[in-house]
Amino acid sequence: MSAVVLRAGPWSVRIERRTVLVSSALLAAALVLAFLGLCHGASWVTPPEVFSALAGHGDSAVVIREWRLPRVTAALVFGAALGLAGATFQNLTRNPLGSPDVIGLDAGAYTGALFAITVLGGTAAQLAAGSVAGGLLAAAAVYLLSLNSGLSGLRLIVIGIAMNAILTAVNSWIVLRAELEVAMAATGWSAGSLNGVDWDEVRLPFLIIGALALLLATLSTTMQQAALGDELAVTSGVGLNRHRLLIVLAGVGYTATVTAVAGPIAFIALAAPQIGRRLAGAAGVTLLPAALTGAVLLLAADLAAQMLLAPIALPAGVVTTAIGGCYLIWLLSKEVRRP
Amino acid sequence: MTTRLAAQDITLAYGGRVVSTHVSLDVPDGAFTAIVGANACGKSTLLRAFVRLLKPSAGAVLLDGRDVAGYRPKAIAREVGFLPQGLVVPESIVARRLVARGRYPHQSLLSTWSSEDERAVDEAMAAAGVADLAERPVEELSGGQRQRVWVAMVLAQETRYLLLDEPTTFLDITHQYELLALFARLRDEGRTVIAVLHDINQACRYADHLVAMKDGRVVAEGAPADIVDAALIQEVFNLPSVVVPDPVTGTPMVVPTV
Repeated sequence: MSAVVLRAGPWSVRIERRTVLVSSALLAAALVLAFLGLCHGASWVTPPEVFSALAGHGDSAVVIREWRLPRVTAALVFGAALGLAGATFQNLTRNPLGSPDVIGLDAGAYTGALFAITVLGGTAAQLAAGSVAGGLLAAAAVYLLSLNSGLSGLRLIVIGIAMNAILTAVNSWIVLRAELEVAMAATGWSAGSLNGVDWDEVRLPFLIIGALALLLATLSTTMQQAALGDELAVTSGVGLNRHRLLIVLAGVGYTATVTAVAGPIAFIALAAPQIGRRLAGAAGVTLLPAALTGAVLLLAADLAAQMLLAPIALPAGVVTTAIGGCYLIWLLSKEVRRP
Repeated sequence: MTTRLAAQDITLAYGGRVVSTHVSLDVPDGAFTAIVGANACGKSTLLRAFVRLLKPSAGAVLLDGRDVAGYRPKAIAREVGFLPQGLVVPESIVARRLVARGRYPHQSLLSTWSSEDERAVDEAMAAAGVADLAERPVEELSGGQRQRVWVAMVLAQETRYLLLDEPTTFLDITHQYELLALFARLRDEGRTVIAVLHDINQACRYADHLVAMKDGRVVAEGAPADIVDAALIQEVFNLPSVVVPDPVTGTPMVVPTV
Protein backbone atom coordinates (compact mmCIF):
# COMPACT_ATOMS: atom_id res chain seq x y z
CA MET A 1 0.00 0.00 0.00
CA SER A 2 1.17 3.47 -0.81
CA ALA A 3 0.77 4.78 2.69
CA VAL A 4 2.78 5.23 5.85
CA VAL A 5 1.06 4.25 9.10
CA LEU A 6 2.50 5.51 12.36
CA ARG A 7 1.30 3.98 15.62
CA ALA A 8 2.28 4.47 19.25
CA GLY A 9 -0.02 3.19 21.98
CA PRO A 10 -3.50 4.64 21.47
CA TRP A 11 -2.12 7.10 18.92
CA SER A 12 -2.23 6.31 15.22
CA VAL A 13 -2.13 8.17 11.93
CA ARG A 14 -2.07 7.22 8.27
CA ILE A 15 -0.39 9.36 5.63
CA GLU A 16 -0.40 8.76 1.88
CA ARG A 17 3.15 8.44 0.61
CA ARG A 18 2.38 10.56 -2.44
CA THR A 19 0.98 13.36 -0.26
CA VAL A 20 4.26 13.40 1.68
CA LEU A 21 6.31 13.53 -1.54
CA VAL A 22 4.17 16.20 -3.17
CA SER A 23 4.09 18.30 -0.01
CA SER A 24 7.87 18.12 0.34
CA ALA A 25 8.32 19.16 -3.28
CA LEU A 26 5.87 22.05 -2.87
CA LEU A 27 7.61 23.16 0.31
CA ALA A 28 10.97 23.09 -1.47
CA ALA A 29 9.51 25.12 -4.36
CA ALA A 30 8.07 27.64 -1.90
CA LEU A 31 11.42 28.02 -0.15
CA VAL A 32 13.27 28.51 -3.45
CA LEU A 33 10.73 31.17 -4.52
CA ALA A 34 10.96 32.83 -1.11
CA PHE A 35 14.75 32.95 -1.41
CA LEU A 36 14.46 34.46 -4.90
CA GLY A 37 12.10 37.01 -3.39
CA LEU A 38 14.80 37.97 -0.92
CA CYS A 39 17.41 38.32 -3.67
CA HIS A 40 15.15 40.29 -6.00
CA GLY A 41 14.21 43.91 -5.47
CA ALA A 42 15.31 47.39 -6.48
CA SER A 43 18.82 45.91 -6.48
CA TRP A 44 19.82 42.27 -6.86
CA VAL A 45 21.43 40.80 -3.77
CA THR A 46 23.50 37.69 -4.36
CA PRO A 47 22.57 34.52 -2.46
CA PRO A 48 25.69 34.56 -0.21
CA GLU A 49 24.91 38.15 0.71
CA VAL A 50 21.31 37.20 1.51
CA PHE A 51 22.52 34.49 3.89
CA SER A 52 24.86 36.85 5.71
CA ALA A 53 22.15 39.54 5.76
CA LEU A 54 19.70 37.08 7.33
CA ALA A 55 22.34 36.40 9.98
CA GLY A 56 22.50 40.14 10.59
CA HIS A 57 25.76 41.01 8.80
CA GLY A 58 26.59 43.16 5.78
CA ASP A 59 25.25 46.30 4.15
CA SER A 60 21.92 44.87 3.02
CA ALA A 61 20.85 43.49 6.41
CA VAL A 62 18.17 46.15 6.90
CA VAL A 63 16.84 45.84 3.35
CA ILE A 64 16.61 42.06 3.55
CA ARG A 65 15.42 41.59 7.12
CA GLU A 66 13.11 44.57 7.54
CA TRP A 67 11.79 45.13 4.00
CA ARG A 68 11.99 42.01 1.90
CA LEU A 69 11.65 39.30 4.55
CA PRO A 70 8.26 40.48 5.88
CA ARG A 71 6.93 40.67 2.35
CA VAL A 72 8.16 37.23 1.40
CA THR A 73 6.94 35.70 4.66
CA ALA A 74 3.56 37.38 4.13
CA ALA A 75 3.31 35.91 0.62
CA LEU A 76 4.13 32.48 2.02
CA VAL A 77 1.70 32.60 4.95
CA PHE A 78 -1.12 34.48 3.18
CA GLY A 79 -0.86 32.19 0.17
CA ALA A 80 -1.22 29.19 2.47
CA ALA A 81 -4.15 30.87 4.26
CA LEU A 82 -5.93 31.53 0.97
CA GLY A 83 -5.32 27.96 -0.15
CA LEU A 84 -6.88 26.70 3.08
CA ALA A 85 -9.80 29.14 2.79
CA GLY A 86 -10.51 27.76 -0.68
CA ALA A 87 -10.16 24.17 0.52
CA THR A 88 -12.65 24.66 3.35
CA PHE A 89 -15.31 26.28 1.16
CA GLN A 90 -14.87 23.86 -1.71
CA ASN A 91 -15.27 21.04 0.79
CA LEU A 92 -18.36 22.69 2.28
CA THR A 93 -20.05 23.34 -1.07
CA ARG A 94 -18.67 20.15 -2.69
CA ASN A 95 -17.90 22.22 -5.76
CA PRO A 96 -14.55 23.41 -7.17
CA LEU A 97 -16.21 26.75 -7.91
CA GLY A 98 -17.28 27.27 -4.31
CA SER A 99 -14.32 29.32 -3.21
CA PRO A 100 -14.52 32.51 -1.13
CA ASP A 101 -13.14 34.79 -3.86
CA VAL A 102 -15.76 33.60 -6.38
CA ILE A 103 -18.79 33.70 -4.09
CA GLY A 104 -18.17 37.22 -2.84
CA LEU A 105 -16.55 36.69 0.56
CA ASP A 106 -13.35 38.54 -0.41
CA ALA A 107 -15.45 41.42 -1.72
CA GLY A 108 -17.56 41.34 1.47
CA ALA A 109 -14.47 41.43 3.68
CA TYR A 110 -13.19 44.33 1.61
CA THR A 111 -16.52 46.17 2.01
CA GLY A 112 -16.18 45.71 5.77
CA ALA A 113 -12.61 47.01 5.70
CA LEU A 114 -13.60 50.03 3.56
CA PHE A 115 -16.39 50.79 5.99
CA ALA A 116 -13.88 50.65 8.84
CA ILE A 117 -11.56 53.10 7.04
CA THR A 118 -14.09 55.60 5.77
CA VAL A 119 -16.58 55.66 8.61
CA LEU A 120 -14.74 54.50 11.72
CA GLY A 121 -11.28 55.92 11.13
CA GLY A 122 -9.46 52.70 10.30
CA THR A 123 -7.23 51.48 13.12
CA ALA A 124 -5.72 48.03 12.53
CA ALA A 125 -8.19 46.43 14.93
CA GLN A 126 -11.19 48.13 13.28
CA LEU A 127 -9.90 47.03 9.91
CA ALA A 128 -9.60 43.41 11.02
CA ALA A 129 -13.00 43.39 12.74
CA GLY A 130 -14.60 45.12 9.74
CA SER A 131 -13.16 42.50 7.36
CA VAL A 132 -14.35 39.58 9.45
CA ALA A 133 -17.82 41.09 9.88
CA GLY A 134 -18.07 41.88 6.15
CA GLY A 135 -16.95 38.37 5.20
CA LEU A 136 -19.41 36.74 7.60
CA LEU A 137 -22.30 38.93 6.43
CA ALA A 138 -21.57 38.08 2.79
CA ALA A 139 -21.39 34.37 3.69
CA ALA A 140 -24.69 34.59 5.59
CA ALA A 141 -26.40 36.40 2.70
CA VAL A 142 -25.24 33.84 0.11
CA TYR A 143 -26.26 31.02 2.42
CA LEU A 144 -29.75 32.38 3.10
CA LEU A 145 -30.42 33.08 -0.57
CA SER A 146 -29.44 29.56 -1.61
CA LEU A 147 -31.02 27.77 1.35
CA ASN A 148 -33.79 26.15 -0.70
CA SER A 149 -31.43 24.14 -2.85
CA GLY A 150 -28.96 23.14 -0.15
CA LEU A 151 -25.32 24.02 0.22
CA SER A 152 -24.06 22.04 -2.72
CA GLY A 153 -25.23 22.77 -6.18
CA LEU A 154 -24.69 25.41 -8.77
CA ARG A 155 -27.34 27.73 -7.35
CA LEU A 156 -25.14 28.75 -4.43
CA ILE A 157 -22.29 29.48 -6.83
CA VAL A 158 -24.42 31.59 -9.16
CA ILE A 159 -25.87 33.56 -6.24
CA GLY A 160 -22.33 33.99 -4.91
CA ILE A 161 -21.09 35.34 -8.24
CA ALA A 162 -23.96 37.83 -8.27
CA MET A 163 -23.18 38.77 -4.67
CA ASN A 164 -19.55 39.32 -5.68
CA ALA A 165 -20.62 41.67 -8.49
CA ILE A 166 -22.94 43.66 -6.21
CA LEU A 167 -20.34 44.01 -3.46
CA THR A 168 -17.66 45.02 -5.96
CA ALA A 169 -19.97 47.80 -7.15
CA VAL A 170 -20.64 48.85 -3.55
CA ASN A 171 -16.90 48.95 -2.92
CA SER A 172 -16.35 51.21 -5.95
CA TRP A 173 -19.13 53.47 -4.73
CA ILE A 174 -17.60 53.77 -1.24
CA VAL A 175 -14.21 54.63 -2.75
CA LEU A 176 -15.76 57.26 -5.06
CA ARG A 177 -17.52 58.91 -2.12
CA ALA A 178 -14.47 58.86 0.14
CA GLU A 179 -11.93 61.61 0.81
CA LEU A 180 -9.17 61.77 -1.78
CA GLU A 181 -6.39 60.40 0.44
CA VAL A 182 -8.52 57.56 1.71
CA ALA A 183 -9.68 56.76 -1.80
CA MET A 184 -6.14 56.61 -3.14
CA ALA A 185 -5.00 54.30 -0.35
CA ALA A 186 -8.05 52.12 -0.79
CA THR A 187 -7.66 51.86 -4.55
CA GLY A 188 -4.03 50.75 -4.37
CA TRP A 189 -5.08 48.20 -1.82
CA SER A 190 -8.16 46.99 -3.69
CA ALA A 191 -6.06 45.06 -6.19
CA GLY A 192 -4.51 42.96 -3.45
CA SER A 193 -0.91 43.95 -2.85
CA LEU A 194 1.99 43.05 -0.63
CA ASN A 195 3.88 46.26 -1.48
CA GLY A 196 5.24 47.86 1.67
CA VAL A 197 4.11 45.17 4.13
CA ASP A 198 6.17 45.35 7.35
CA TRP A 199 6.54 43.20 10.45
CA ASP A 200 4.17 45.25 12.62
CA GLU A 201 1.33 44.72 10.19
CA VAL A 202 1.66 40.95 9.91
CA ARG A 203 2.33 39.81 13.49
CA LEU A 204 -1.33 39.51 14.56
CA PRO A 205 -2.54 38.10 11.21
CA PHE A 206 0.15 35.40 11.40
CA LEU A 207 -1.03 34.44 14.88
CA ILE A 208 -4.67 34.22 13.75
CA ILE A 209 -3.73 32.19 10.67
CA GLY A 210 -1.69 29.81 12.83
CA ALA A 211 -4.53 29.35 15.31
CA LEU A 212 -7.01 28.65 12.51
CA ALA A 213 -4.58 26.14 11.00
CA LEU A 214 -4.62 24.21 14.28
CA LEU A 215 -8.43 24.27 14.24
CA LEU A 216 -8.52 22.98 10.65
CA ALA A 217 -6.02 20.24 11.45
CA THR A 218 -8.46 18.89 14.03
CA LEU A 219 -11.33 19.10 11.50
CA SER A 220 -9.59 17.47 8.54
CA THR A 221 -10.92 13.91 8.93
CA THR A 222 -14.41 15.29 9.53
CA MET A 223 -14.09 17.34 6.32
CA GLN A 224 -13.26 14.14 4.43
CA GLN A 225 -16.26 12.43 5.97
CA ALA A 226 -18.59 15.34 5.17
CA ALA A 227 -17.55 15.05 1.51
CA LEU A 228 -19.49 11.74 1.35
CA GLY A 229 -22.74 13.70 1.35
CA ASP A 230 -25.00 14.95 4.14
CA GLU A 231 -26.78 11.64 4.71
CA LEU A 232 -23.72 9.44 5.17
CA ALA A 233 -21.93 12.17 7.10
CA VAL A 234 -24.74 12.32 9.66
CA THR A 235 -25.26 8.56 9.93
CA SER A 236 -21.53 7.93 10.32
CA GLY A 237 -21.31 10.33 13.23
CA VAL A 238 -20.56 13.84 11.97
CA GLY A 239 -22.29 16.59 13.97
CA LEU A 240 -22.98 18.40 10.72
CA ASN A 241 -24.30 21.76 11.95
CA ARG A 242 -21.48 22.34 14.40
CA HIS A 243 -18.92 21.18 11.84
CA ARG A 244 -20.27 23.54 9.17
CA LEU A 245 -20.22 26.49 11.54
CA LEU A 246 -16.57 25.86 12.43
CA ILE A 247 -15.63 25.40 8.78
CA VAL A 248 -17.32 28.65 7.75
CA LEU A 249 -15.69 30.54 10.62
CA ALA A 250 -12.25 29.19 9.69
CA GLY A 251 -12.71 29.94 5.98
CA VAL A 252 -14.07 33.45 6.53
CA GLY A 253 -11.40 34.04 9.19
CA TYR A 254 -8.65 33.27 6.68
CA THR A 255 -10.17 35.34 3.88
CA ALA A 256 -10.85 38.32 6.14
CA THR A 257 -7.43 38.25 7.80
CA VAL A 258 -5.61 38.30 4.48
CA THR A 259 -7.97 40.92 3.03
CA ALA A 260 -7.49 43.21 6.04
CA VAL A 261 -3.74 43.36 5.41
CA ALA A 262 -3.26 42.87 1.69
CA GLY A 263 -6.66 43.58 0.14
CA PRO A 264 -8.61 41.02 -1.87
CA ILE A 265 -6.13 38.72 -3.65
CA ALA A 266 -8.38 36.74 -5.96
CA PHE A 267 -8.11 33.22 -7.40
CA ILE A 268 -5.44 31.74 -5.10
CA ALA A 269 -8.26 30.25 -3.02
CA LEU A 270 -10.01 29.04 -6.17
CA ALA A 271 -7.05 27.36 -7.85
CA ALA A 272 -4.72 26.20 -5.06
CA PRO A 273 -6.87 23.41 -3.55
CA GLN A 274 -7.63 21.91 -6.97
CA ILE A 275 -4.01 22.01 -8.11
CA GLY A 276 -2.88 20.59 -4.76
CA ARG A 277 -5.43 17.80 -4.93
CA ARG A 278 -4.48 16.81 -8.46
CA LEU A 279 -0.78 16.84 -7.59
CA ALA A 280 -1.41 14.68 -4.53
CA GLY A 281 -3.71 12.39 -6.54
CA ALA A 282 -5.96 12.28 -3.50
CA ALA A 283 -9.72 12.03 -3.09
CA GLY A 284 -11.52 15.11 -1.83
CA VAL A 285 -9.90 18.31 -0.65
CA THR A 286 -6.51 17.86 0.98
CA LEU A 287 -5.43 20.60 3.35
CA LEU A 288 -1.62 20.42 3.35
CA PRO A 289 -1.16 20.35 -0.45
CA ALA A 290 -3.78 23.13 -0.75
CA ALA A 291 -1.91 25.34 1.73
CA LEU A 292 1.50 24.72 0.16
CA THR A 293 0.19 25.25 -3.39
CA GLY A 294 -1.37 28.52 -2.22
CA ALA A 295 1.99 29.62 -0.81
CA VAL A 296 3.81 28.75 -4.04
CA LEU A 297 1.20 30.54 -6.18
CA LEU A 298 1.22 33.76 -4.16
CA LEU A 299 5.03 33.84 -3.91
CA ALA A 300 5.28 33.35 -7.68
CA ALA A 301 2.56 35.94 -8.38
CA ASP A 302 4.21 38.49 -6.11
CA LEU A 303 7.62 37.92 -7.74
CA ALA A 304 6.07 38.21 -11.20
CA ALA A 305 4.25 41.38 -10.15
CA GLN A 306 7.55 42.96 -9.13
CA MET A 307 9.40 41.87 -12.27
CA LEU A 308 6.86 42.40 -15.07
CA LEU A 309 6.95 46.20 -15.26
CA ALA A 310 10.07 46.81 -13.13
CA PRO A 311 10.83 49.20 -11.59
CA ILE A 312 7.06 49.70 -11.07
CA ALA A 313 5.76 47.06 -8.63
CA LEU A 314 2.31 45.82 -9.65
CA PRO A 315 -0.08 44.57 -6.98
CA ALA A 316 0.17 40.78 -6.76
CA GLY A 317 -3.62 40.61 -7.10
CA VAL A 318 -3.37 41.94 -10.67
CA VAL A 319 -1.25 38.96 -11.64
CA THR A 320 -3.41 36.39 -9.81
CA THR A 321 -6.57 37.90 -11.34
CA ALA A 322 -5.14 37.84 -14.86
CA ILE A 323 -4.11 34.20 -14.64
CA GLY A 324 -6.95 33.04 -12.40
CA GLY A 325 -9.60 34.66 -14.60
CA CYS A 326 -8.74 32.31 -17.45
CA TYR A 327 -8.91 29.36 -15.06
CA LEU A 328 -12.32 30.50 -13.78
CA ILE A 329 -13.75 30.73 -17.32
CA TRP A 330 -12.52 27.21 -18.08
CA LEU A 331 -13.91 25.86 -14.80
CA LEU A 332 -17.28 27.56 -15.25
CA SER A 333 -17.75 26.18 -18.75
CA LYS A 334 -16.83 22.71 -17.49
CA GLU A 335 -19.12 22.82 -14.43
CA VAL A 336 -22.14 24.22 -16.23
CA ARG A 337 -21.92 21.51 -18.87
CA ARG A 338 -21.86 18.83 -16.17
CA PRO A 339 -25.33 17.33 -15.56
CA MET B 1 -39.18 -11.08 20.64
CA THR B 2 -36.70 -8.63 22.12
CA THR B 3 -36.41 -5.17 20.73
CA ARG B 4 -33.98 -2.38 21.46
CA LEU B 5 -34.75 -0.09 18.52
CA ALA B 6 -38.28 1.25 18.25
CA ALA B 7 -40.30 4.11 16.89
CA GLN B 8 -42.87 5.28 19.42
CA ASP B 9 -45.93 7.08 18.14
CA ILE B 10 -43.95 9.28 15.76
CA THR B 11 -45.26 11.94 13.38
CA LEU B 12 -43.07 12.69 10.38
CA ALA B 13 -43.22 15.77 8.18
CA TYR B 14 -41.07 17.55 5.61
CA GLY B 15 -41.55 21.21 6.36
CA GLY B 16 -45.34 21.52 6.60
CA ARG B 17 -46.15 18.36 4.60
CA VAL B 18 -47.08 15.57 6.98
CA VAL B 19 -46.09 12.12 5.70
CA SER B 20 -46.89 9.92 8.69
CA THR B 21 -48.82 10.35 11.90
CA HIS B 22 -48.72 8.17 15.02
CA VAL B 23 -46.51 5.41 13.64
CA SER B 24 -45.08 2.87 16.06
CA LEU B 25 -42.68 0.10 15.06
CA ASP B 26 -40.66 -2.28 17.21
CA VAL B 27 -37.71 -3.62 15.26
CA PRO B 28 -37.14 -7.27 16.23
CA ASP B 29 -33.52 -7.82 17.30
CA GLY B 30 -31.37 -10.14 15.22
CA ALA B 31 -33.96 -10.37 12.45
CA PHE B 32 -34.17 -9.22 8.83
CA THR B 33 -37.01 -6.72 8.66
CA ALA B 34 -38.26 -5.59 5.26
CA ILE B 35 -40.44 -2.51 4.81
CA VAL B 36 -42.63 -2.63 1.70
CA GLY B 37 -45.30 -0.48 0.14
CA ALA B 38 -46.17 1.52 -2.96
CA ASN B 39 -44.14 4.57 -4.00
CA ALA B 40 -44.54 7.56 -1.65
CA CYS B 41 -46.12 5.47 1.12
CA GLY B 42 -43.62 6.85 3.63
CA LYS B 43 -41.34 3.81 3.94
CA SER B 44 -38.09 5.65 3.20
CA THR B 45 -39.24 8.51 5.41
CA LEU B 46 -39.71 6.10 8.30
CA LEU B 47 -36.20 4.74 7.73
CA ARG B 48 -34.79 8.26 7.76
CA ALA B 49 -36.36 8.86 11.15
CA PHE B 50 -34.62 5.76 12.53
CA VAL B 51 -31.21 7.09 11.44
CA ARG B 52 -31.81 10.66 12.65
CA LEU B 53 -31.94 12.22 9.19
CA LEU B 54 -35.48 13.35 9.94
CA LYS B 55 -36.49 14.51 13.39
CA PRO B 56 -40.01 13.40 14.32
CA SER B 57 -42.29 16.38 14.95
CA ALA B 58 -43.94 14.27 17.65
CA GLY B 59 -42.96 11.01 19.36
CA ALA B 60 -39.46 9.59 19.47
CA VAL B 61 -37.19 6.89 18.09
CA LEU B 62 -35.70 4.96 20.98
CA LEU B 63 -32.53 2.90 21.24
CA ASP B 64 -32.29 1.01 24.55
CA GLY B 65 -35.13 3.12 25.86
CA ARG B 66 -33.34 6.38 25.16
CA ASP B 67 -34.26 8.95 22.49
CA VAL B 68 -31.73 8.66 19.62
CA ALA B 69 -31.66 12.48 19.43
CA GLY B 70 -29.95 12.48 22.83
CA TYR B 71 -26.97 10.35 21.76
CA ARG B 72 -23.67 11.92 20.74
CA PRO B 73 -23.29 11.68 16.93
CA LYS B 74 -20.42 9.18 17.00
CA ALA B 75 -21.98 7.07 19.77
CA ILE B 76 -25.19 6.47 17.79
CA ALA B 77 -23.15 5.89 14.62
CA ARG B 78 -21.39 2.99 16.36
CA GLU B 79 -24.81 1.37 16.94
CA VAL B 80 -26.82 2.19 13.81
CA GLY B 81 -25.43 2.20 10.26
CA PHE B 82 -27.30 3.40 7.19
CA LEU B 83 -26.92 3.02 3.44
CA PRO B 84 -28.87 5.75 1.62
CA GLN B 85 -29.87 5.81 -2.05
CA GLY B 86 -28.19 7.82 -4.77
CA LEU B 87 -24.70 8.06 -3.29
CA VAL B 88 -22.02 10.07 -5.04
CA VAL B 89 -18.53 8.59 -5.10
CA PRO B 90 -15.78 11.07 -4.14
CA GLU B 91 -13.50 11.73 -7.10
CA SER B 92 -10.51 9.37 -7.60
CA ILE B 93 -11.01 7.37 -4.39
CA VAL B 94 -10.01 3.68 -4.35
CA ALA B 95 -12.35 1.06 -2.88
CA ARG B 96 -10.33 0.40 0.25
CA ARG B 97 -10.14 4.09 1.17
CA LEU B 98 -13.89 4.45 0.67
CA VAL B 99 -14.59 1.44 2.89
CA ALA B 100 -12.20 2.94 5.47
CA ARG B 101 -14.50 5.99 5.74
CA GLY B 102 -16.91 3.67 7.58
CA ARG B 103 -14.46 3.68 10.50
CA TYR B 104 -15.07 7.37 11.21
CA PRO B 105 -17.24 6.90 14.35
CA HIS B 106 -14.55 4.64 15.86
CA GLN B 107 -11.76 7.13 15.32
CA SER B 108 -10.61 10.11 17.33
CA LEU B 109 -8.32 13.05 16.83
CA LEU B 110 -5.28 11.07 17.92
CA SER B 111 -6.23 7.75 16.43
CA THR B 112 -7.10 7.97 12.75
CA TRP B 113 -5.93 4.55 11.59
CA SER B 114 -5.53 1.87 14.28
CA SER B 115 -4.87 -1.83 13.69
CA GLU B 116 -8.50 -2.32 14.77
CA ASP B 117 -9.60 -0.09 11.88
CA GLU B 118 -7.45 -2.11 9.52
CA ARG B 119 -8.98 -5.40 10.71
CA ALA B 120 -12.56 -4.08 10.44
CA VAL B 121 -11.97 -2.86 6.87
CA ASP B 122 -10.42 -6.19 5.84
CA GLU B 123 -13.34 -8.13 7.32
CA ALA B 124 -15.97 -5.84 5.80
CA MET B 125 -14.42 -6.10 2.35
CA ALA B 126 -14.19 -9.87 2.61
CA ALA B 127 -17.81 -10.15 3.78
CA ALA B 128 -19.08 -7.98 0.93
CA GLY B 129 -16.91 -9.86 -1.58
CA VAL B 130 -14.90 -6.84 -2.69
CA ALA B 131 -11.49 -7.69 -1.20
CA ASP B 132 -10.02 -8.10 -4.69
CA LEU B 133 -11.19 -4.60 -5.70
CA ALA B 134 -9.28 -2.88 -2.88
CA GLU B 135 -6.99 -0.69 -4.98
CA ARG B 136 -9.45 -0.04 -7.84
CA PRO B 137 -10.88 3.47 -8.29
CA VAL B 138 -14.54 3.21 -7.30
CA GLU B 139 -15.64 5.38 -10.25
CA GLU B 140 -14.43 2.65 -12.64
CA LEU B 141 -16.39 -0.18 -11.00
CA SER B 142 -19.65 -1.63 -12.33
CA GLY B 143 -22.93 -0.76 -10.60
CA GLY B 144 -23.04 -4.07 -8.72
CA GLN B 145 -19.43 -3.85 -7.58
CA ARG B 146 -19.86 -0.25 -6.51
CA GLN B 147 -22.94 -1.03 -4.45
CA ARG B 148 -21.08 -3.85 -2.70
CA VAL B 149 -18.23 -1.41 -1.91
CA TRP B 150 -20.77 0.93 -0.29
CA VAL B 151 -22.21 -1.99 1.67
CA ALA B 152 -18.66 -2.86 2.80
CA MET B 153 -18.26 0.73 3.98
CA VAL B 154 -21.35 0.47 6.19
CA LEU B 155 -20.21 -2.97 7.41
CA ALA B 156 -16.85 -1.48 8.43
CA GLN B 157 -18.82 0.80 10.72
CA GLU B 158 -19.49 -2.41 12.73
CA THR B 159 -22.94 -1.44 13.93
CA ARG B 160 -25.45 -3.85 15.40
CA TYR B 161 -28.18 -2.27 13.28
CA LEU B 162 -27.90 -2.06 9.52
CA LEU B 163 -30.50 0.10 7.75
CA LEU B 164 -30.70 0.04 3.97
CA ASP B 165 -32.81 2.22 1.70
CA GLU B 166 -33.70 0.23 -1.45
CA PRO B 167 -30.21 -1.30 -1.65
CA THR B 168 -30.97 -3.40 -4.73
CA THR B 169 -32.46 -0.70 -6.96
CA PHE B 170 -30.77 -0.31 -10.37
CA LEU B 171 -28.82 -3.55 -10.01
CA ASP B 172 -29.23 -6.45 -12.40
CA ILE B 173 -31.09 -9.44 -11.01
CA THR B 174 -28.04 -11.57 -10.17
CA HIS B 175 -26.53 -8.79 -8.10
CA GLN B 176 -29.87 -8.19 -6.39
CA TYR B 177 -29.99 -11.76 -5.10
CA GLU B 178 -26.29 -11.70 -4.17
CA LEU B 179 -26.85 -8.63 -2.01
CA LEU B 180 -29.99 -10.01 -0.38
CA ALA B 181 -28.16 -13.24 0.43
CA LEU B 182 -25.37 -11.14 1.94
CA PHE B 183 -27.84 -9.31 4.17
CA ALA B 184 -29.38 -12.63 5.25
CA ARG B 185 -25.91 -13.92 6.12
CA LEU B 186 -25.20 -10.79 8.17
CA ARG B 187 -28.47 -11.44 10.00
CA ASP B 188 -27.30 -15.00 10.68
CA GLU B 189 -24.12 -13.55 12.17
CA GLY B 190 -26.18 -11.59 14.66
CA ARG B 191 -26.84 -8.22 13.09
CA THR B 192 -30.27 -6.67 12.84
CA VAL B 193 -31.07 -5.74 9.24
CA ILE B 194 -33.83 -3.31 8.26
CA ALA B 195 -34.28 -2.71 4.55
CA VAL B 196 -36.77 -0.84 2.42
CA LEU B 197 -37.35 -3.18 -0.53
CA HIS B 198 -39.45 -2.53 -3.60
CA ASP B 199 -39.83 -6.16 -4.68
CA ILE B 200 -42.47 -7.89 -2.56
CA ASN B 201 -41.37 -11.38 -3.59
CA GLN B 202 -37.75 -10.75 -2.64
CA ALA B 203 -38.96 -9.29 0.66
CA CYS B 204 -41.06 -12.41 1.36
CA ARG B 205 -38.17 -14.68 0.50
CA TYR B 206 -35.48 -13.04 2.64
CA ALA B 207 -37.20 -11.16 5.45
CA ASP B 208 -38.17 -12.66 8.81
CA HIS B 209 -40.39 -9.72 9.59
CA LEU B 210 -42.41 -7.83 7.00
CA VAL B 211 -43.80 -4.34 7.51
CA ALA B 212 -46.39 -3.24 4.95
CA MET B 213 -47.08 0.48 4.70
CA LYS B 214 -49.71 2.59 3.00
CA ASP B 215 -50.32 6.35 3.16
CA GLY B 216 -47.81 6.75 5.97
CA ARG B 217 -49.34 4.03 8.16
CA VAL B 218 -48.25 0.51 9.00
CA VAL B 219 -51.15 -1.63 7.74
CA ALA B 220 -49.71 -5.05 8.63
CA GLU B 221 -46.58 -6.53 10.16
CA GLY B 222 -45.40 -10.04 10.96
CA ALA B 223 -43.77 -13.07 9.35
CA PRO B 224 -44.39 -12.96 5.56
CA ALA B 225 -46.19 -16.34 5.64
CA ASP B 226 -48.56 -15.04 8.31
CA ILE B 227 -49.59 -11.75 6.75
CA VAL B 228 -49.18 -11.87 2.96
CA ASP B 229 -52.35 -12.76 1.06
CA ALA B 230 -54.26 -11.40 -1.94
CA ALA B 231 -56.27 -9.04 0.28
CA LEU B 232 -53.13 -7.41 1.72
CA ILE B 233 -51.58 -6.99 -1.73
CA GLN B 234 -54.82 -5.44 -2.98
CA GLU B 235 -54.85 -3.02 -0.05
CA VAL B 236 -51.17 -2.05 -0.09
CA PHE B 237 -50.38 -2.04 -3.81
CA ASN B 238 -53.90 -1.84 -5.27
CA LEU B 239 -53.01 -4.89 -7.37
CA PRO B 240 -55.24 -7.96 -7.93
CA SER B 241 -53.17 -11.10 -7.50
CA VAL B 242 -52.99 -14.67 -6.31
CA VAL B 243 -50.51 -15.62 -3.62
CA VAL B 244 -48.87 -19.01 -4.07
CA PRO B 245 -45.96 -20.71 -2.30
CA ASP B 246 -42.59 -19.90 -3.87
CA PRO B 247 -41.56 -23.20 -5.55
CA VAL B 248 -37.99 -22.85 -4.22
CA THR B 249 -38.39 -21.55 -0.67
CA GLY B 250 -42.06 -22.06 0.13
CA THR B 251 -42.43 -18.39 1.14
CA PRO B 252 -45.41 -16.43 -0.22
CA MET B 253 -45.08 -15.45 -3.88
CA VAL B 254 -47.30 -12.78 -5.38
CA VAL B 255 -48.48 -13.42 -8.93
CA PRO B 256 -50.47 -10.50 -10.39
CA THR B 257 -53.64 -11.38 -12.22
CA VAL B 258 -53.86 -8.23 -14.32
